[in-house]
Amino acid sequence: MRSLTVWSNGPGETQALGCILSQWLSGGDVISLVGDLGAGKTIFVKGIAAGLGINDSVVTSPTFSLIHEYTGRVPLYHFDAYRLERQEEWEDLGYEEYFRGSGISVVEWGNLVADYFPKEYLQVELKRESVPDDRRQITFTPVGDRYRQLLRQLEKEVEHADFGDRYIHGHRKCCPR
Amino acid sequence: MFYDADALQIIGNWKWGEPLTIKQGFLETKGQDSLVLGIETSCDETAASVVRGGREVLSNIIASQVDLHRLYGGVVPEIASRKHIELIMPVIDLALKEAGASLQNIDAIAVTYGPGLVGALLVGLSAAKAMALALECPLVGINHIEGHIYANFLEYPELEPPLVCLTVSGGHTDLLYIDTFGHYDILGRTRDDAAGEAFDKIARVLGLNYPGGPEIARLARSGDPKAIDFPRGLIQADTYDFSFSGLKTAAINYVHNMEQRGEDLPIADIAASLQAAIVDVLVTKTVAAAKAYGVQTVLLSGGVAANEALRRELSAVANALGMRVYYPSPVLCTDNAAMIACAGYYRYRRGERSPWDLNAAPNLRLGEV
Repeated sequence: MRSLTVWSNGPGETQALGCILSQWLSGGDVISLVGDLGAGKTIFVKGIAAGLGINDSVVTSPTFSLIHEYTGRVPLYHFDAYRLERQEEWEDLGYEEYFRGSGISVVEWGNLVADYFPKEYLQVELKRESVPDDRRQITFTPVGDRYRQLLRQLEKEVEHADFGDRYIHGHRKCCPR
Repeated sequence: MFYDADALQIIGNWKWGEPLTIKQGFLETKGQDSLVLGIETSCDETAASVVRGGREVLSNIIASQVDLHRLYGGVVPEIASRKHIELIMPVIDLALKEAGASLQNIDAIAVTYGPGLVGALLVGLSAAKAMALALECPLVGINHIEGHIYANFLEYPELEPPLVCLTVSGGHTDLLYIDTFGHYDILGRTRDDAAGEAFDKIARVLGLNYPGGPEIARLARSGDPKAIDFPRGLIQADTYDFSFSGLKTAAINYVHNMEQRGEDLPIADIAASLQAAIVDVLVTKTVAAAKAYGVQTVLLSGGVAANEALRRELSAVANALGMRVYYPSPVLCTDNAAMIACAGYYRYRRGERSPWDLNAAPNLRLGEV
C-alpha cells in the first residue's frame, strides 16, 4: 500500500481519527505529522493521547517547549520542530533516546527534520481542502513494512465509511468533545 | 516565625542543663540580606543572577542578551542544551563579577529543575549541585513557573497572598490562585496553544519574523481593534481554561481569503483585532477568577506580561472593581535567573532545602514536589 487518504469534516473527526490509529500503535513507533499552521496536527495528537488513556485536555502545543511527555498505557512523546532555525538543532534535543525509547514518538512539523527519522515511520499529512472550510484531507504514508501492515488495518476500519457519521458515533470514547 | 538550618544547629548543639542563649531577634533577622545565586537553563536562555535579600538584583545575566562574541567568540544559541554547557560557567562568572560577589559570599543556590527540556535543565541543575556541594551551601530547587510569579516580588516585596496570578508566555498560559506563599492552585491552563504562541504564529502568517508577538503589539497601535471580530475561545464557557487554536485558525483563514481575493492585507487592523481577542479572553478569565476567589490583588507574569494592551486592559477592568494589578518590568518578564533567585530566597528563608538527588523534572507542574 502506498498511502491511505481519509477526509475529516472538522476538529472532532480529526481527533477521532488519531484515536482510532492509536489502537495499533506500540512503544518505539514514530509518526511524522505534516501540515500548515491550523491544519489540526495538535488535535490529531490529542486523539492519539485519548486512545492511550491520557486526558486530552493536558495535551497542548509543544512549539515552545519542543517536547511534551505524557504517561498513558504507553508513554507518548510529543515533539514540535516548528521553531527550529536549523535542522541540526534537533540533534541537541536527544531525540535518539526518545525514538529508541519505550514510548510512541509523534513529531509535529516532522518534514522540517526529515533527515533524522528512522528507517521505518508513518507520515500523516493534514491538508485544508479550501479556506475557510473545516474539512481536511488526511493522508497516511507508510515508510517500511511495519507501517504498511498498520495501514492495512486502518484501511479496513475506515473502508467505505462515511467517516464522520460512523466514527464520531461509533468511537465516542475516543472523542470527548 | 521563620527559622533556618543554622538556627536549628545552634539549638541542636545545646545540651540540657546549660543556659540557652539566642541573640535577640536572631531568628527573625538572620538571612534577611542573604545572597542567593539563581541559575536558569530550562529552555533557550542560559541565565544566572545574584539577588540580595530577595529583592535587590545585583546582577541579571541572560546569555541571549550578552555579547557572546566578547564572552565566548561563539554564536548566540537558539535552542541547544549542549550550548548551555558551554555557556553556563561564563554566565555564572559574569553574574558574580557584576554583583561584586565571590562564590564564598553566596548563602544559597537556587536553580530551576522543571518544567523544561530535560537536557537543558540538567546543565543548570548539575552546575548548581556541584557548586553547592563544593561550597557547602544550601541548594534550593525552583519550579520555573513559580519563578515567573516571583518576578513580581522582586519589584513589589510588600505583596501578600491571597493573589490571583496570570502567567502568559510563548509556552504557558496558567491562571493560578495563591492562598499562601509556596502554595498554588491551578485554576486554568491552555488546552492547545499558549497565548504567546498564538501571537507568534499569526505573526508569521502575516509575514513577520518569529517571534512576532512584540511586532504585532507595535502594529496594533495603528490598527482598529474592532475591525475584525476574531473568536474568543471558551470566553463564555464555565471554565478558567483557555483555547487559542480556534483564533489561530480563524486568523489564518482570514488572511488566506484576503489573499485569494487579491486584496491587500490590513495588517495593522489584523494585529489590533487579534491582540484585542487575546487580551479580552485573558482579562475576562483573570478578573472572573479574582472575583470568584474574593482576591484584591492580581499579578501578571511571563513574556506576554510585557504586552502593553494586556497591562492596560487588565488594570482598567480590575481597578474598576477595586482590585490592584501588578506586573514586572519587561526584563523580568522574559526567562531570567533573578526571579529564580528571588523564589529561592523565600524558600531558603522558610528553611527549605533540596536533596542532593534532586533531578530534572521536564513535566513539573506547580504544586508538585
